[in-house]
Amino acid sequence: MIDAEELRRRTRELLAAHPPAATDPLDFLKARFDAGLAWVHYPTGLGGLDVPRSLQVVVDAELEAAGAPDNDSRRNGIGLGMAAPTILKYGTEEQKQRYLRPLWIGEEVWCQLFSEPGAGSDLAALGTRAVREGDEWVVNGQKVWTSGAHNSRWAILIARTDPDVPKHAGITYFICDMTDPGVDVRPLRQITGEAEFNEVFLTDVRIPDSRRLGEVGDGWRVAQTTLNNERVAIGGMRLPREGGMIGPVAKTWRERPELRTHDLHQRLLKLWVESEVARFTAERLRQQLVAGQPGPEGAGMKLAFARLNQEISGLEVELRGEEGLLYDDWTMRRPELVDFVGRDAGYRYLRSKGNSIEGGTSEVLLNIVAERVLGLPAEPRTDKDVAWKDLAR
Amino acid sequence: MTDLLYSEEEEALRAAVRDLLTDHCDAAGVIARTESDAPHDLALWKLLADGMGLAGLLVPEAQGGQGATHREVAVVLEELGRAVAPVPYLTSAVVATEALLACGDEELLGRLAAGRTIGALAVGLHSAPGAALKAVRLENGTLHGELTGIADAAAADVLLVPADDGGLYAVAADAVTVTPQTSLDLTRPLATVTLDGAPGRRIGDAEPAVRRALRAAAGLLASEQLGVADWALTETVRYLKERKQFNRPVGGFQALKHRLAQLWLEVVNLRAAARAAADALASGEDTDVTVAVAQAYAAPVAVHAAEEALQLHAGIGMTWEHPIHLYLKRAKADSIAYGTAGAHREALAELVDLQAP
Repeated sequence: MIDAEELRRRTRELLAAHPPAATDPLDFLKARFDAGLAWVHYPTGLGGLDVPRSLQVVVDAELEAAGAPDNDSRRNGIGLGMAAPTILKYGTEEQKQRYLRPLWIGEEVWCQLFSEPGAGSDLAALGTRAVREGDEWVVNGQKVWTSGAHNSRWAILIARTDPDVPKHAGITYFICDMTDPGVDVRPLRQITGEAEFNEVFLTDVRIPDSRRLGEVGDGWRVAQTTLNNERVAIGGMRLPREGGMIGPVAKTWRERPELRTHDLHQRLLKLWVESEVARFTAERLRQQLVAGQPGPEGAGMKLAFARLNQEISGLEVELRGEEGLLYDDWTMRRPELVDFVGRDAGYRYLRSKGNSIEGGTSEVLLNIVAERVLGLPAEPRTDKDVAWKDLAR
Repeated sequence: MTDLLYSEEEEALRAAVRDLLTDHCDAAGVIARTESDAPHDLALWKLLADGMGLAGLLVPEAQGGQGATHREVAVVLEELGRAVAPVPYLTSAVVATEALLACGDEELLGRLAAGRTIGALAVGLHSAPGAALKAVRLENGTLHGELTGIADAAAADVLLVPADDGGLYAVAADAVTVTPQTSLDLTRPLATVTLDGAPGRRIGDAEPAVRRALRAAAGLLASEQLGVADWALTETVRYLKERKQFNRPVGGFQALKHRLAQLWLEVVNLRAAARAAADALASGEDTDVTVAVAQAYAAPVAVHAAEEALQLHAGIGMTWEHPIHLYLKRAKADSIAYGTAGAHREALAELVDLQAP
């Protein structure tokens, strides 16, 4: 039986055998993975010890106190948050052994090839084709909104393997090698001036059948695991008062009395109240999860934060008046990390416009709340029983 | 940090109160009562206060109460709000009781806690915590003057009256004239209290007692508003699944689904804010800010929920027969009670240092 005390003991053993100050960071991370202390809720042999996820904090606290290197999880958010749980659930033993260790230690970064120009909210309508040739699949198509594609070794990919059946039934899930010569990554510049995202063109990309995740035609179901984990990753943080987007504007308000107007004051107070309430709601959701009573509130949190981020950053641009007419820098860059609160008000205003689009538009999330939480009737569907090739496009 | 969940005991309390209200507080009866001579349901009050012992939740056991906290009171208020129950619970078991707790008047506290005596603080329902007090004149040892907008005064046995010497006086209801005012909220009626040489007993200083009472009222009112909003949302969702037009349930139209989903999100937020306020009142930590946040958020949500319920029920929602109007009137009156959202935002401007220009 592995309890908190035993985890602490094993963590100290790891630290004793591999003193962080005298060990190459990557070697330390490999040793940590092999000791089952990477993600303790994962199976033994795959970086974990089959113990509850809540015990991870015990390990993290010991390692942090000892100044051990970490795997800089923000660099590989898609790998850790989305690809790994999907591989764990649907991968073969060989796939789990091959991919999870380099993924966790950060040696191999992952990206996600899901959205397409013609398949946004209606992701299941995607048209990237994968055609079987012997032991390989030949993939052709175009993907978009791919964060980090230019830094990635691997991608999780969904593609159409059968156009003659309804759209949800003809999709298969693959692991795509981003170094394949048929993969062409082009930066997609966005309204902030930067290119966080890419377009990815796939031309005769060859994927061995051994890199298929799940059954042929079962890709939609496999993708649900990926997408559900995306929404888990978006909720669940614990913020102090003024810890979100309201923080910078409150600071500006306090430091710059000459900018204050009565109209802005009323709007600021209203948004301050809403931010504080959203923080309570996030905290209540977190307490429900800890108590083992997950509620449907998570679906609402993304909606709430998207609107608040947009309204608050919009207010801040206005508050700055003459300075609000300026912008810090339009230079085209490919940032490795995205910081919603970083840079100036103008950047925050423009970047937050994406908050109601990325990871499911607010309109689609409202449908999900209405149908799955409130039990209201679904939209009438005209696409359920139609072969993908016969759909309007 | 703050515990924002409901404990098992709190859920059991909720279930017991809801059962009682299901049996004794149906909408048709509440509507009929609003047009009778007795707008308060004193039989229901007796069941809640005497039978279940809920009037004494905030009073320590040594003083004849249950020794519970604002967290349990909040759960009771959620259920009373959900039923728009015409009982003087908020006014007697919270507001008058908090004032007596501040004054330390054990004799009256014990009577209120037992539910045998109903108390009312003679301060206008619209007053925010910290607002200037309207006081009556103390002349030759008796009280003189007129106070308006006193919620549930018609049901009260004893009134707690601020006088111009800075004292808070306990005055027997039969020593004053209580004149009902035609009120927007039919289930929490207001009255004018006229004192014409009424004898009173000074029980303490008015300012701190009233401030404490109104702060608790503003914070716990958020739970009543949550009950009102939750009823409006639940009932509207239920109705729109049933109601058919254009050969389909009206609740299947996306324009309406999105409005209900937005409302759900507001109710989810209100629940967290109301729990935070109840917990802050119970613990005494960060109470002023948390109460002001909860009340600044709760009032517009409850009003929005009731207004959406009416619009989405459409024609039937406009009738006297359907109970929506009771909830709309309660929600709108609650948006003024114990300080408007704007008043609480102004208080926050000071509390969190976001000063006006």
